[in-house]
Amino acid sequence: MPECKCCSKVYFKMVKCVLLEQLQHFVNQLTHSVASAHLVRLYDRYQALDKDNKGYLCPQDFGAIKELAMNPICDRIIGAFFTSGQEILDFPSFVRILAHFRPVDKNRPKEPNSPDPINSRSNKLKFAFQLYDQDKDGKISRHELLQVLRSMLEKQVTEEQLESIADRTIQEADLDRDDAISFEEFRKSLDKVNIDHKMSIRFLR
Amino acid sequence: MGPFMSPFDNLLCMLLGISFTVWFTLLLVFIIVPAIFGVSFGIRKLYMKSLLKVFEWATLRMERGAKEKNHHLYKPYVNGIIAKEPTSLEEELKALRRRCSSCGLAGSSPSSSSSTSTGPSPSSSEFAMSDIFYFCRRGVESIVDDEVTKRFSAEDLESWNLLTRSNYNFQHISTRLTVLWGVGVVIRYCFLLPLRLTLAITGVTLLVVFTTIIGFLPNGRMKNFLSEKVHLMCYRICVRALTAIITYHHSENKPKNGGICVANHTSPIDVIILASDGCYAMVGQIHGGLMGVIQRSMVKACPHIWFERSEVKDRHLVAKRLSDHVEDKSKLPILIFPEGTCINNTSVMMFKKGSFEIASTIYPVAIKYDPRFGDAFWNSSKFGMVNYLLRMMSSWAIVCSVWYLPPMNRQEGEDAVQFANRVKAAIARQGGLVDLLWDGGLKRSKVKDTFKEEQQKLYSKILVGTHEDRSRS
Repeated sequence: MPECKCCSKVYFKMVKCVLLEQLQHFVNQLTHSVASAHLVRLYDRYQALDKDNKGYLCPQDFGAIKELAMNPICDRIIGAFFTSGQEILDFPSFVRILAHFRPVDKNRPKEPNSPDPINSRSNKLKFAFQLYDQDKDGKISRHELLQVLRSMLEKQVTEEQLESIADRTIQEADLDRDDAISFEEFRKSLDKVNIDHKMSIRFLR
Repeated sequence: MGPFMSPFDNLLCMLLGISFTVWFTLLLVFIIVPAIFGVSFGIRKLYMKSLLKVFEWATLRMERGAKEKNHHLYKPYVNGIIAKEPTSLEEELKALRRRCSSCGLAGSSPSSSSSTSTGPSPSSSEFAMSDIFYFCRRGVESIVDDEVTKRFSAEDLESWNLLTRSNYNFQHISTRLTVLWGVGVVIRYCFLLPLRLTLAITGVTLLVVFTTIIGFLPNGRMKNFLSEKVHLMCYRICVRALTAIITYHHSENKPKNGGICVANHTSPIDVIILASDGCYAMVGQIHGGLMGVIQRSMVKACPHIWFERSEVKDRHLVAKRLSDHVEDKSKLPILIFPEGTCINNTSVMMFKKGSFEIASTIYPVAIKYDPRFGDAFWNSSKFGMVNYLLRMMSSWAIVCSVWYLPPMNRQEGEDAVQFANRVKAAIARQGGLVDLLWDGGLKRSKVKDTFKEEQQKLYSKILVGTHEDRSRS
């Protein structure tokens, strides 16, 4: 990578043209066609977030986004991008996570033996489930639920109130009475919610 | 044997001498003399019109090239790249709950334990697992596109202006365009840049020399008159050194003595642009080096307000010096940029309230640059000052519009922050800029925790009522 800043900008632009051809193929596998214009915008955004021109993103780059920093669950969202404790996020992984938020493609016929596209309803639910289930054991324990509530509610809310909310939630959703919410129970409790609308981001143009 | 000069050398010397003389005469007649008297031949406007025609041709050529190869032409999108629904937390959660409750799931019955009543507030309802969707989506939306980060880097252009810096469609350039671009490079670096450097050096030298001379005169009307003339002349030369084509609107609202002039900040050039049309007292920190020399000589001719580095932190001292200056009606209006940092001219960020606490008339000024000819934004984290000035001098031109807005005063019952926001809104409206509440200081600092706490408070209010409701029960 060239050292001086103006050369590196030109270099990145040239790399981008080549990279995008390869990425097009990769992303098409994930979501069955992403418009190349969207990919270009995402790459520009990726570069804009990479302020030190490292070539990859680290958690601090996400932390620097002001609107994200004021989100109560910002740490969990950043954690969703950096799986298994890694500190480096390359562009394909960036796109793969964001691909969860593509609107569901209703017109695509369901092929029986192909894997679910990454932006299917089921995978969106899995993404949301991961935000709760931080230790990735497949269940949202009471403790994990309390942690989420703590981060989303203000400091003045008492432990008692949090516990009562958590108790009630588990009571309603936990069907096999193991005091934790599994993915299936999670999915069932959100059966009627329009996931596509709530967990999708639409590009303009 | 004395020095041997062939007839060829003689001829060369003569030619060089003649060309230098011609060069300097042209410079003097067409640029410096008009600058002294404040008139214009209209050369720059003609230049601007012809450049625009060339840019249009270049863009059309690229579009044609892209269509032939059946590729999509990348057009940077200026207004945000994703559709953000402007619904608030409350509305979204209500919508989420309505769906759930219509099928008999989460109801809104109060909790059974008496010590934690959900309170009588009508908006309280129960927690649902789907609430996290709202925060999750908002968070990911801000990762893809947020309002603040893009204000601190140069604006994207919709058409190409033959500068490498702003081209996104490398693969669509035809031979003709490349030739044109090459010609452009030669013109800009070999002809315009030396010309502009000469002018800049002339302007700065004249400023320093003349203001030092005027400094020896006794204080009085003569000194003020001369100082005004000298400042205007030197700033006009600097304006020509940047090939700045400025259009001033509503000059009847120009700032008067004893007032404070407030403007949005995009680059250090703002100062030159405003000061070439009127005389101001500048405010700032004393620097070392060349800047310091200029500052020290300027203050000899007329009173500017320069602070030592240590004094800058002391807000009371700053406020006192500003009020003292403002009360003296014989002194020039103060020029202040309340944003405190350079923003990329697509938006106006939070105005610091310090200058609005002083009791005097505020004269707002809106400055809007036309980015097609050269982006004037100074990204101080990317470019140093010298690098930035070189980029400015090797662009085609700096084109901007300046609007002098009618003077504003603080109204009864309005505090400094509200007044600052009112002025900011007027400037944003006039300049066609987005009015943001974010602090420009966020360029370098982290977001305060209070923002996150506000979000948490909002959500808590919906779930469990406010703190007062709870403590009442």
